[in-house]
Amino acid sequence: MAHAHESNTKRIWMVFGILSVITLVEVYLGIIKPEALHLNGPGTSWLNWIFIILTLAKAYGIAWVFMHLEGEKKWFRRCIVWTAVFLIIYLVTLLLIEGEYLYETLSPLVKW
Amino acid sequence: MEANIAVPSNSKDTWSGGSAKPFGASYGKMMMWFFIVSDALTFSGFLAAYGLTRFKFIDSWPIADEVFTHVPFVHGEFPMIYVAIMTFILIFSSVTMVLAVDAGHQMKKNKVAWYMFATIIGGIIFVGSQAWEWSTFIKGSYGAVKTTDGKVLQFVKDGKQIALADFVTGERTDERVQHTRKNGLWFEKEETISTYSVDQVVNAYKANPAIQVRTEFMNVDTKKKTILSREDGIAELAKTKMVVEGANLHVNEYGNTIFADFFFFITGFHGFHVLSGIIINIIIFFNVILGTYQRRGHYEMVEKVGLYWHFVDLVWVFVFTFFYLV
Repeated sequence: MAHAHESNTKRIWMVFGILSVITLVEVYLGIIKPEALHLNGPGTSWLNWIFIILTLAKAYGIAWVFMHLEGEKKWFRRCIVWTAVFLIIYLVTLLLIEGEYLYETLSPLVKW
Repeated sequence: MEANIAVPSNSKDTWSGGSAKPFGASYGKMMMWFFIVSDALTFSGFLAAYGLTRFKFIDSWPIADEVFTHVPFVHGEFPMIYVAIMTFILIFSSVTMVLAVDAGHQMKKNKVAWYMFATIIGGIIFVGSQAWEWSTFIKGSYGAVKTTDGKVLQFVKDGKQIALADFVTGERTDERVQHTRKNGLWFEKEETISTYSVDQVVNAYKANPAIQVRTEFMNVDTKKKTILSREDGIAELAKTKMVVEGANLHVNEYGNTIFADFFFFITGFHGFHVLSGIIINIIIFFNVILGTYQRRGHYEMVEKVGLYWHFVDLVWVFVFTFFYLV
């Protein structure tokens, strides 16, 4: 391990700062829900896109720095990240499309 | 173990995968990563199923920040605040964990021990918070009624939801009391009887013109639940089957029951991960104190439990987004 004796403390606190700021922004937006972002956007609202992108940014910070993926061998990193990312995108895409189809089929049958 | 390994080896490290190190990663670390990948797929399966169900009922899904509005020891409505605090606690315990790993690289035994201790405390606070959140959710905050066609009707006054206790008065009319073992029927039990009877709630509604009924139906363009007129409210209330207080796996005063099912299942599964993480951390913590890793010459074991702990944090980041924010 090349990093064996040097300390990463400073970097760790910096990443913690970034993760905290992202969480604060998310919670703030989640509470005030600005109308312009809340009710429109492509596919889902802009607000949801912001949440999803910020979440992925947080996940990147945790996996790269805290779980130390950045220090692993390139192909080890790839067999972890590519496997998960590909399968998850595949699964989520199919299931969300199916859910929307179910809604379109069922909602005309519900009387409010 | 030797019998299972294709490459003959007489060296002592056979148990840990032999001396071959694919990708330069040790056997234990690699297996921890592969476990994490498979566990990540399990969690994404659950969250994707949540997504499917949510899209299936997109116009009647509960609004999460109306559900989780409580903060311990404080009265009032604070949407999201407590969940945000929980997220901070978990991220912070992730930081102390990675600091423990960092101190391990420098062979500083005491620092590793203290950071691991902080991590364990953070984990316990998180699980405790989750237990508190569960109990608040199970207890409920307003109360509602459920109709024969499975819809949940809530009550509002001036556009704000109010609790049954705020407007229902008088004695219940059906004279039902909870069966207990001591008054007969010792071999039977029954579900908890709600505080108010159906008739009582309907009559209180009729008697108080300020109260309106709110349905689960959400206008997708405005993200607001529909509030019925007084007359429509009476028509809907005529179908009332039961009074609902709180949430469980069968009924949910906040709306769709399946929302509660997913909430209990996914946060429960995550909470169980946190719990096992705490237990593993405690074991490693004692090993650190006993000097096991100091003698071994490296703190890789701390690194491996660290991976698991960060993974628990990673999952929470997604649960937080998809349950409370989106």
